[in-house]
Amino acid sequence: MPRVGVLALQGDVREHVSMLQELDVDVVRVRHPEDLDNLDGLVLPGGESTTIAYLLATSGIRTTLEEKINAGFSVMGTCAGLILLSREILGGRSDQWSYGALDISVRRNGYGRQIASFESPVEVKGVGVVPGVFIRAPKIERWSDEVEVLAMLDHGDGQHPVLVRHANVWGCAFHPELTLDSRVHQLFTDSL
Amino acid sequence: MLRGGVIMDVVNPEQAKIAEDSGAVAVMALERVPSDIRRDGGVARMSDPQMIKEIQASVTIPVMAKARIGHFAEAQILQALDVDYIDESEVLTPADEENHIDKWGFTVPFVCGATNLGEALRRIGEGACLIRSKGEAGTGNVVEAVRHLRTINAQMRRLQSADAAELFSLAKDLQAPLPLVQEVAATGKLPVPLFCAGGISTPADAALVLQLGAEAVFVGSGIFKSEDPIRMAKAIVEATTHFEDAQVVARVSTGLGEAMRGAETTSLEVRLAERGW
Repeated sequence: MPRVGVLALQGDVREHVSMLQELDVDVVRVRHPEDLDNLDGLVLPGGESTTIAYLLATSGIRTTLEEKINAGFSVMGTCAGLILLSREILGGRSDQWSYGALDISVRRNGYGRQIASFESPVEVKGVGVVPGVFIRAPKIERWSDEVEVLAMLDHGDGQHPVLVRHANVWGCAFHPELTLDSRVHQLFTDSL
Repeated sequence: MLRGGVIMDVVNPEQAKIAEDSGAVAVMALERVPSDIRRDGGVARMSDPQMIKEIQASVTIPVMAKARIGHFAEAQILQALDVDYIDESEVLTPADEENHIDKWGFTVPFVCGATNLGEALRRIGEGACLIRSKGEAGTGNVVEAVRHLRTINAQMRRLQSADAAELFSLAKDLQAPLPLVQEVAATGKLPVPLFCAGGISTPADAALVLQLGAEAVFVGSGIFKSEDPIRMAKAIVEATTHFEDAQVVARVSTGLGEAMRGAETTSLEVRLAERGW
C-alpha cells in the first residue's frame, strides 16, 4: 500500500485526505519536513498559493521538498498546488517563487475572480469524462513539448491544458477533490 | 479556498500588501477597522468603491467587502465591483431590522455571522456559503467568539443525539429550516464551512478557536492595532496552520510586542453581536 502525503499547511486538505483514503492508500498530513520521510508521493492541495508558499518556507518544507522533487519524488498539485509546481507564474506577485518542476507558464486567477468560478466536464486521456470544478483557477498559457497534456479545456478562449504531467510531477488546474470522482487521484496513486 | 487560513481586515493597499506578504488567504477591504467604527460611532456603511478597487489592484488574493445587514443594494454594488466574497456584517449599521439579504439572488458568495446554530442555519437557508461566529468585533476580546462556537457545536451535538421525530420540534426551537436541521443531525456538521471572527488578537486566540472547530479565522482590529502588525500577522498565520502544535504556537508568540489593548465586553455600550436575527 503506497504512503501518500497531503501538504497540510492551508487549503482543502481534508477533501484530499478523504479521497485518498477511499483509494486504499496510507495518508499522512505533512506539516513539517520530517513528515516527508518514507512517503511515496505528495499532494499539494488547492488553497492560496501565496499563503502556502509562505508556510512552505517558514515550516522548512520548501527546500526539503525541492530536493526530493529533483530526485524523482512524485507530486501532484491541484489549483494552487499547480501554481507552486510551475516554471513561471503570470499575473502574480513579482516575488512569488515556485518549484519550476513543470515547464509551463500559469496565470493566477486566469479564468477570472471568484465570481467567474465554474464547473465543466473534462475529458481525461485514458480515463474518460470527469467533473471539473474551477475556482479562481490558474490557466496554463504556455507548455513545453516535454509536458504531457492529459486533458484540455476550451472555456471560450481557446484550448488550454487543465491536467498535465511531466515524469513524476502532475499538475491539475481544477479541484478533483471537491467531487465524488476519484479517478484523477487514482491516476496519480497508480503511478506510484 | 480559504480553509485553514487567516482573513485580515485592511483599510488601504499598503495594509493589503502586508497582509498578503504575511500569508493571509484573503483581505477584507473596509474603511475603518471595527475598533475604530466602535470608537467613532455614527452610521457605518459599505466602503467607497474606489478604495475597494485600489485594494483589488494591489493584491492577488481574494478581496472581501462588507455590506450592511439587509442592504441588498450595497451587495449589488459589491457584486458589480467583482469582489470575491460579500460579508453581510453586523459590524456595519443594519439597514433592515427584519430581513437579511436574499443571497440566492446573487452569484457572488456571501459570508454571514451567527451566534448560535439557528442563526447559522437561517443564514444558510438565505444562501450564505460561509458562516462565521460573530464574536464581539473591535474589542480584542475572544470571549464572545468562543461562546458562539461552543454554542453552535453544542447545538449540533444535540441534533445528532435526537431521533427523527424530535427534529421537527428542535427545528421549531432553533427557528431553522427543517431540511437543514435534518442534514446537520445526519452529518454532525454545518453544510458550509464554519469560520471564526470577533476579538481574535493573538496567535493563541487563533489556536484556541481552531481547536474549537473553526476552519479559518477573520482578524479585524487585532493585527493593525497591535504594536508590530507584520510580526503579529505572520504569527497568527503560522498559529492557524500549526494550531495543534503548541511548540510552534509558543515560538511565534514569543516577543511579539503588545497585542491590541482590547475591551471588556460587559462594559460595552453597543453590542454588535446582537445585530442580525
